Amino acid sequence: MAEEKIRVLIAKPGLDGHDRGAKVVARALRDAGMEVIYTGLRQTPEMIAEAALQEDVDVVGLSILSGAHMALLPKTVQLLREKGLDHVLVVAGGIIPDEDIPKLKEAGIAEVFGPGTSTQTIVEYIRNKVAEIRRSRKNA
Amino acid sequence: MLDELVRAAILGDKRAIARLISIAENNGTLAREALKALYPYTGKAHVIGVTGAPGTGKSTLVNELAKEYRLRGFKVGIVAVDPTSPFTGGAILGDRIRMRDLYNDPGVFIRSMATRGSLGGLARATADAVKILDAAGYDKILVETVGAGQAEVDIASTAHTTIVVEVPGLGDDIQVIKAGILEVADIFVVNKADLEGADGVALSLEVMMSLGNSEKILHHGILMEIKPATESSQPRWRPPICKTIATRGEGIKALAEAIEKHLAFLKESGAWEEREKLRASREVEEILRTELLKRVLSKVDRQAIEEILGRVVKREIDPYTAAEKLAGGLT
Amino acid sequence: MFDKEALKKIKERQEQWEETTLQQWLARLPERDELFRNLSDMPIARLYTPADIPDFDYLEELGFPGEYPFTRGIHATMYRGRLWTMRMFSGYGSAEETNERFKYLLKHGETGLSVAFDTPTLYGYDTDDPMAEGEFGKCGVAVSSLADMEILFDGIPLDKVTTSMTINAPAAILWAMYLVVAEKRGIPWTKLGGTIQNDILKEYIAQKEFVFPPKPSMRLIVDTFEFGAKYVPKWNTISISGYHIREAGATAVQELAFTLYDGFEYVKAGIERGLDVDEFAPRLSFFFNAHNDFFEEIAKFRAARRIWAREMRNRFGAKDPRSWWLRFHTQTAGCTLTAQQPENNIVRVAIQALAAVLGGTQSLHTNSMDEALALPSELAVRIALRTQQIIAHETGVVNTIDPLGGSYYVEYLTRKMEEAAYEYFRKIDAMGGMIAAIEKGFPQKEIADAAYRYQKEIDEKKRIVVGVNEYVSDEPITIPIHKIDPEGERRHRERLARVRRERDNERVRQCLERLRNAAQDEKENLMPYILDCVRAYATLGEIMKVLREVFGEYREPIII
Repeated sequence: MAEEKIRVLIAKPGLDGHDRGAKVVARALRDAGMEVIYTGLRQTPEMIAEAALQEDVDVVGLSILSGAHMALLPKTVQLLREKGLDHVLVVAGGIIPDEDIPKLKEAGIAEVFGPGTSTQTIVEYIRNKVAEIRRSRKNA
Repeated sequence: MLDELVRAAILGDKRAIARLISIAENNGTLAREALKALYPYTGKAHVIGVTGAPGTGKSTLVNELAKEYRLRGFKVGIVAVDPTSPFTGGAILGDRIRMRDLYNDPGVFIRSMATRGSLGGLARATADAVKILDAAGYDKILVETVGAGQAEVDIASTAHTTIVVEVPGLGDDIQVIKAGILEVADIFVVNKADLEGADGVALSLEVMMSLGNSEKILHHGILMEIKPATESSQPRWRPPICKTIATRGEGIKALAEAIEKHLAFLKESGAWEEREKLRASREVEEILRTELLKRVLSKVDRQAIEEILGRVVKREIDPYTAAEKLAGGLT
Repeated sequence: MFDKEALKKIKERQEQWEETTLQQWLARLPERDELFRNLSDMPIARLYTPADIPDFDYLEELGFPGEYPFTRGIHATMYRGRLWTMRMFSGYGSAEETNERFKYLLKHGETGLSVAFDTPTLYGYDTDDPMAEGEFGKCGVAVSSLADMEILFDGIPLDKVTTSMTINAPAAILWAMYLVVAEKRGIPWTKLGGTIQNDILKEYIAQKEFVFPPKPSMRLIVDTFEFGAKYVPKWNTISISGYHIREAGATAVQELAFTLYDGFEYVKAGIERGLDVDEFAPRLSFFFNAHNDFFEEIAKFRAARRIWAREMRNRFGAKDPRSWWLRFHTQTAGCTLTAQQPENNIVRVAIQALAAVLGGTQSLHTNSMDEALALPSELAVRIALRTQQIIAHETGVVNTIDPLGGSYYVEYLTRKMEEAAYEYFRKIDAMGGMIAAIEKGFPQKEIADAAYRYQKEIDEKKRIVVGVNEYVSDEPITIPIHKIDPEGERRHRERLARVRRERDNERVRQCLERLRNAAQDEKENLMPYILDCVRAYATLGEIMKVLREVFGEYREPIII
């Protein structure tokens, strides 16, 4: 039986215009057999959460290099959960200082992929984590 | 759990709609159950297919059309299809991103789908997604195809109104127009109408449509015969040609008018029922085909199949005989 | 320069060398790779000789510094006359904090100012706009009105220091604010020197901080050319940029080609307005990236000068030699700096800065080692500045002009990059120009493809990044991380509220109305109207709102 596809939403919250990383990750995930929806720039947390809901994604990847991550990322996770998307894996990438990571994880960001992360690391993490989430939902 | 989802979807709950579409995409027994439960609630929506070669601006057009429909008070569902990579099995679903204007609108639902190995311009589950949105109360459902290969034919069997989008500058006027378009298009759109050659494309379409007699034309370098107009007592619809500049929102109102005219024509002429019957027959046939094949294969030993196939490859028996053998053991 | 006989002999001897000495050596020790390529994917030979630059004509291709084609430098004395400007890009938090950082850097020897604005300001939003939520001061200083600008430059002699402002869509407005600050201090505009980046084409291509569509954006830019030529003659009204194109993932060749082509579009736009090319061309400036491949970067700068000079003279008929000069600022490549083992970045930046100097840059910003982590700390920015000073005063590379001129490798590369750039020019010409190419997504796709290739090479370890995919260590990062003052935003918002309260709101309303009317008339130069709005303390957001309503907002074609 073919593996259920993994659907990923890649989003750029806020005014940050640096999309090189988001686009590279989108391609890498596609090359790894996933279905990727890229929202484009200048997304509000509300727009991201609504897109994640309609597209019924397994993963939301937030790319942010502007420094506004503490204001935008936790809010995005909160909106996702409010819309009933409890099982969606939320990961982040970009320029996020180490010391902010614990707070982000507390707010529901599962993992932060900083500069220098290889695309294989991201692909493997998503594959494993999504499989884990799917398993636990089946058993629930 | 499934009942809850179905009930919620019928009431318009977006989360439920999204979940059901995923279930349909993953096509298990659950999908079948869900669609059985939803079916009675379908049949209200006007399904509009938008097809055309890549680069014709379909997504932008769909965005603008949806905005227009929203102004007119319709709830709009959009299914946007993109190709799955045959090498990696993955896909970049890049249509939603062109529909920014609709992101914050509660009366719009956008779902991106990958073809996932289906050979046409639609995802296998596209028709299912359409049914789900229909049952959920969306008045207009816009389906945007991949725009290559069999797209035109596929969309025609799913949509009530099929729009074919052309643009100037893709080649010589007549050669732009693919064979099969004429039979499938209910409305032609010449998008990017501000570019040079737009009038030429429109003219070519006019010319091809007015040819009532069998005529030969040069098409993609090949001399082709155009089918004569069918002699029939049925009322006929002449596909209008709408010029648009989707990026500027120009020509959209006229396009929406044309679509409404087509809807009225379908309802008044009885063509709506015809199309529904066609859709139903195609769908049942498709499901029957898949079902019967599954049953046949389930009754035959996997090894027996392998063995027979091996003999076909070695030219010991031919494929027809092989199939007869496989099916024969079932009567 | 080398006669045909001599070249023939060299070639023959090289073949001999390859068959004997080289072979023996390779048999003992094969080379580390099958193919050596630079960052533009050009194959690099083991050795370069005069035979690799056949028909080399010194006078045609190089000439003398300060003379056409300027390959060796735009000034006759270059750094012997005057060192490049040490101009460190800075800005964060509120105007007060950035003003302090400016003074710190000037005290430590920087010779020009460079302003970084925060994202809301870059997009023309006031701090209290809902779009600005969470973004205050994070990657630059927040400027919402003239009041902030006055504080930003408090205590800084605008007639003695030149200022570069990295601002694009709202450039005309921020420039107007700077001009009014000077005006209020009694400094005549004719004495003001500086730059506004004001390069919208590269926004569409790479940096994505666009607001309006191409046509009105180009109109605003030419308005600044016209205004500057008349009233602020020492001001560079544009900094045609390749830096961001490179940061987005482009190769060196793409950076060179797209930047210069953008330049051609701006010259065309000015001429179409009816300006004489020599009126505004001398004030066009450029901004390049200094990336890792040392010799490729140097060749790139030299090729840029030669191409620009030729095109300005031949394609656009410029007669004033100053119109042929390619004057440029350089910034070392941010995207090459790593979060892992950040001290290594000091070394990277030093080498990149050296390439910029050997390439003849007029102005230089060196990145701080904590680039990939946060805003630059005082220590990090000081080291970055010292890097430039050490190159200038201790290495001796500034004692002679274009020291690498004549290197067989560098001359070969310079030619090759020039050829490759012209190939791109032809492609873009065929598409109908850069704006048409952008609509088609051409430069964006080239860049996205190059970025993906680069990442794949790193993932597959075909390209080593020290500390990241090789020579890694697990140590925690111990360098100081800079924080912005949490009170800064509150202060700024209070100031903004006070400005709105205390100004003559009727006057503001009228100025904005007049601006709206002028914006709707393509024949009007908007600078005087913007200046009036600024003098009345209309805010950045208010002015941009009017322009957004008249010009509309740009929707980019999506290329992934």
